[in-house]
Amino acid sequence: MTKSIITVANLHKTFKDHAVLRGVDFEIQHGDIFALLGSNGAGKTTIIRILATLLKADKGTISINSYDAATQTEKVRESISLTGQFAAVDDMLTGRENLELIAKLRHDPRPKQTADDLLQRFGLLEAADRRTSTYSGGMTRRLDIAMSLIGDPAVIFLDEPTTGLDPEGRNEVWKTIKELADGGTTILLTTQYLDEAEALADNIAILHGGKIIAHGSLAELKKLLPPVKKQYIEKQPSLEEIFFAITGKKEVS
Amino acid sequence: MKALNATFTLLGRNMKHVLRSPDTIMTVAIMPIAMMLLFVYVFGGVISTGADNYVNYLLPGILLIAVATGVSYTAFRLFMDMQKGILSRFNSLPISRAAVLWSHVGTSLISNLISLAIIFGVALLMGFRSSAGVAEWLAVIGILLLFMLALTWLAVIPGLKAKSIDGASAFSYPLILLPFISSAFVPTDTMPTVVRIFAENQPVTSIVNAIRSLLESNPVANDIWIALAWCLGLGIIAYFFAVRIYTRLT
Repeated sequence: MTKSIITVANLHKTFKDHAVLRGVDFEIQHGDIFALLGSNGAGKTTIIRILATLLKADKGTISINSYDAATQTEKVRESISLTGQFAAVDDMLTGRENLELIAKLRHDPRPKQTADDLLQRFGLLEAADRRTSTYSGGMTRRLDIAMSLIGDPAVIFLDEPTTGLDPEGRNEVWKTIKELADGGTTILLTTQYLDEAEALADNIAILHGGKIIAHGSLAELKKLLPPVKKQYIEKQPSLEEIFFAITGKKEVS
Repeated sequence: MKALNATFTLLGRNMKHVLRSPDTIMTVAIMPIAMMLLFVYVFGGVISTGADNYVNYLLPGILLIAVATGVSYTAFRLFMDMQKGILSRFNSLPISRAAVLWSHVGTSLISNLISLAIIFGVALLMGFRSSAGVAEWLAVIGILLLFMLALTWLAVIPGLKAKSIDGASAFSYPLILLPFISSAFVPTDTMPTVVRIFAENQPVTSIVNAIRSLLESNPVANDIWIALAWCLGLGIIAYFFAVRIYTRLT
């Protein structure tokens, strides 16, 4: 087994009287796409905010890139990047300016070059010098993710990266996430969409009632259910397939 | 050094916001200018201040109103940064957390100075004249900067705490009204006793009196020390609460 890059043990967090996390444990392996699956309000964002050093846990230990998240916050912040639930893009600035801003804050010696490379890589060159307030949802999200890559963080947190996107935007983001993982970046993804976890994740943890109630690869999770019965039914096209057939866009394979 | 770099980078980013919505600077300047025109050319004829040039008398109070309006944009910009998750993004970066707040404070100082310069230009056209020397001018700018700094730190609190945009800037309304119950527009001695006691003991009167005396090269008496005490006291308390709220928040 490879060494895990994130280890979370016995994480507790209570807001006022409401215990959101009641002993969360999980591990993420180097280079994995790890999906944290849970319904709205299950505490996914709370976990992400604690891991991103934005919130303190009441109890429990977290190790990220072998640094302690409670005491070595500076080192942890150098190892991570957060892409929050709502794209944190400055809409008064252009795409290029957004990238250069983060590059400068991360002490990148060549912020202009870095911005150029990322614009190219994320297909945003044409829109680079427009204010991001004119971007589509998918473009904004791609820029948001591009901003998170600056400084080559070992781990990227993506909190519900496709919530609120149209199917095209969602596919753009899925493609980006797969490419990132292929490049060796570890990704912790939260989602409430089962198909998203199924399409992207190497490992999945299900958060429910403040605890991880199931944890493993998709194949392992499937074994939790009784064996599949074979049934022959006529395959109807899904509305999504119809949508893409009509609008002429290819789904990401 | 690193923290300073981050502060300047973020300051540059905030200033782009200000310069790309120039209406924020104009709004800050226009209301006090309108008030100055109104008081000088409409009410001015019946106001007797003992001074022969009412613009000279009025300008310090007008500048303070402009600052009180101007700092509400700091609350606004901070609120928007928090709303959009930009503050979370900055705070998960390996940069000093103080840099984020100080960059907003620096932006407030610069944009307020621009607004004040515009108002000052209009006052010159309206006949403002000063006999102040370099040292007196420096003292005036110093007091104004300190006043801006104190009110800006005060503005950080609603910027971080507010639940809505309107709530974020509402704190500035009483601040804008304060100069009306002070020596900014008329001398306090004609006011009824209760009002006069309030007017003479609130910060605006001492700040206005100090600036006015400096601009007229008159002796400043105790006003300047009371003015400095108000600005420093308010500034330090506001800073303490603002930083405490900010560290709890993140």
